[in-house]
Formats: sequence, structure tokens, C-alpha cells
Amino acid sequence: MSRDTALVSAEWAEKNLDAPGVVFVEVDEDTSAYDTGHLAGAIKLDWKTDLQDPVRRDFVNKDQFEALLSERGIGNDDTVVLYGGNNNWFAAYAYWYFKLYGHRDVKLLDGGRKKWELDARPLVKDPVTRPATRYVAQEPDTSIRAFRDEVVAAIGTKNLVDVRSPDEYAGRLLAPAHLPQEQAQRAGHIPTALSVPWSKAANEDGTFKSDDELRKIYADAGLDDNKETIAYCRIGERSSHTWFVLQELLGHRNVKNYDGSWTEYGSLVGVPVALGDEPGEA
Amino acid sequence: MTAPTAAGCAAPDQAAPLPASLDLEKETVITGQVTAESGEVVPGAYVRLLDSTGEFTAEVVTSAAGQFRFFAAPGDWTLRALSRFGNGDTTVTAGRGVNEVAVTVALA
Repeated sequence: MSRDTALVSAEWAEKNLDAPGVVFVEVDEDTSAYDTGHLAGAIKLDWKTDLQDPVRRDFVNKDQFEALLSERGIGNDDTVVLYGGNNNWFAAYAYWYFKLYGHRDVKLLDGGRKKWELDARPLVKDPVTRPATRYVAQEPDTSIRAFRDEVVAAIGTKNLVDVRSPDEYAGRLLAPAHLPQEQAQRAGHIPTALSVPWSKAANEDGTFKSDDELRKIYADAGLDDNKETIAYCRIGERSSHTWFVLQELLGHRNVKNYDGSWTEYGSLVGVPVALGDEPGEA
Repeated sequence: MTAPTAAGCAAPDQAAPLPASLDLEKETVITGQVTAESGEVVPGAYVRLLDSTGEFTAEVVTSAAGQFRFFAAPGDWTLRALSRFGNGDTTVTAGRGVNEVAVTVALA
């Protein structure tokens, strides 16, 4: 994968809003942003109600994913262009999710809603419906999804990348600073995890930095290209952003996203936790 | 719109009242309004909270009245607002409780 296949610019998107076989999908946790205006023709996916199982903490299964995409009118051969707020966190999560279920052609809109709005490009409120399809998903590709036991085993052996803010990494905050901080789990990070906040990979308008800049960021942080990598954050959406950078833009292999992330790891009994700004010992 | 929740990561409604369950003796709330040079409030501005080293910590979009709100920790912070009317920065030394900050944006 590379920037040419995984990313589209706002200019490209504006010219291709009506292109046949291209489906724009806005992904947010709170879909009220979509309702106040969206790219013409774009449909919406709700990060929580559409993509999470309503009972267990897990994804929707293959049958549920097929039913969702069929109902929203996304076909197996469509080019899916994802975008959203929060610097594309949830759009990157959805990108990873579409890859997990084997969608062939999926792309991210560079800069997401923010770049689009700052450029003063048009947003519309028209309701969008697409004819239903019969979507067929693949079995989940667990080569890009990490689970807790694998993460514990990776301490001191694989690259662990903590993409939360430095204050969350050190244990001074438990959640991103736009959210209340009272939480059940312990603060800190997984020992030996490198701190590379997701935001280092993005410009302030939400677009990704250049490949050269990105390579330097992870090299300077000490990421060993010869090892497998697991990225995590708090609930797995910011680490999807970093997974996208490492695997889809820079072409690293064997990168996994740990979607359990800190809300799972920080609640496990008996696992090691490191506090402070240093990675800590295995 | 719902009250701020830590169940997800989306920025909650910036105009909603602080939830009654919030403990202001523990929380460090940084809140305020983004205005243009003309004095008009700027809705839809992207406000970024940067830590004392300049590292990004969080971002929200201002409400219809130009309001923003962060839940941070005591210390020095920079607020940087981006909008189609221009950008602007303000620094604040925050303590526990509610810290009010104004940010003005202008075209460069």
C-alpha cells in the first residue's frame, strides 16, 4: 500500500462526488455532524451503533457487517472513500474495519471534515439513500487486529506504540482532554511501549505529513522496522490512525491495531503498567 | 445531543451544560469562546489544546456561540484556534475548577 492507493485529496474528492462506483462515507461517533452538513451524496456510519456489537464488547460479526453494508447501499466493487471529524480518527478506524472484512478498494480523504471545512468546500444537508446491495464480506483478517494476550506477550519483544497524548502515556490523564477524566482503570502505559502520539503524523489541518516526515518520526522514536508492531490508544480509534500511517502509507508489514487498547489493558488484573514519560522495563 | 461521556472519543456538544456528576474539585476545565477581530463569535472553529511542550493534546469544534471546553490537568496550556476566518493562539495557566479563556482569530 502507499499514499497513492490509500489516500485521496479534498480536490480529488470534490471532483469525484458524483463519480460512478465511488461511495463517500462519513464516519463519526456522534453523527450530528453529518446531519448539519455532509459531502454531497455521502452516507453516514455511526462508529458505535453501526460498528460495535450492542451487547458484547466486540465488532459486529460478518453477517451483521454484510447486512449493514447491503442496507446502506455499498457494493463489493465500490470504491469506498471514508472521512470524518476528530482528524479522521473514526474514519481511519472504519478504514481498518473495512480492511478487516476484506473490502478491496477503500480510501481515506486526507484531512477529513476539518480540511474540507477550513477550505470552505460545500456541505449539503440533503438526505442520501442508495439502493440496497447484496454485500459479501470476507472472514475477519486477524493479521491486522491484536488481542490482549498477544499484547502482554509483546512486552519487550515487539514494537508497542502508544499513540495517546504524552499526558495519557505518563498517567497524568486517563482520557483525551476533551472528555471528563474520571475512569475505572489504572493510568499509565504498557511497559516498553514507545510514545508516538498520533498527532505527530498529522498537520494541524488534519492532513497527513509527507512520507519522509513520517518515516523520520518513527525512526527517531526508535521503532525497529524488523519487528512486528502493535499500536494502541484508549479505545482503538487513534491507533487506527497510526496503523493507517505505518501499514497503508509507509508500507510496513505486520502492523496490528489493538482495539481493546487502554480501556482493556488498564483494567486487567496482574499485568505490568509503567508510569511516567519513559517506556520502562520489560 | 448528550452530555460529555468518556465511553467514546468524539468531542461532545460544546454548548451543553457541565454534567451534574462532574466533580469540579478534581476536574480542570478549560473553557471559553473564540471570537474574530471584529468581536463576532466564531462557530465551527477547531480549537486545539497543546501541552507545555507544544504537543497536541485534544481538539474540539466550537458551538454555535463559539464556545469550547476541555477537561485537562493543572498546568500551562496553549489553545490554538483554526477557522476559515483565520487562526489564533492563547496561553493559560490552569488550576482545578473552571478556567475561562478567550481566543481571538485573525487572518495572517
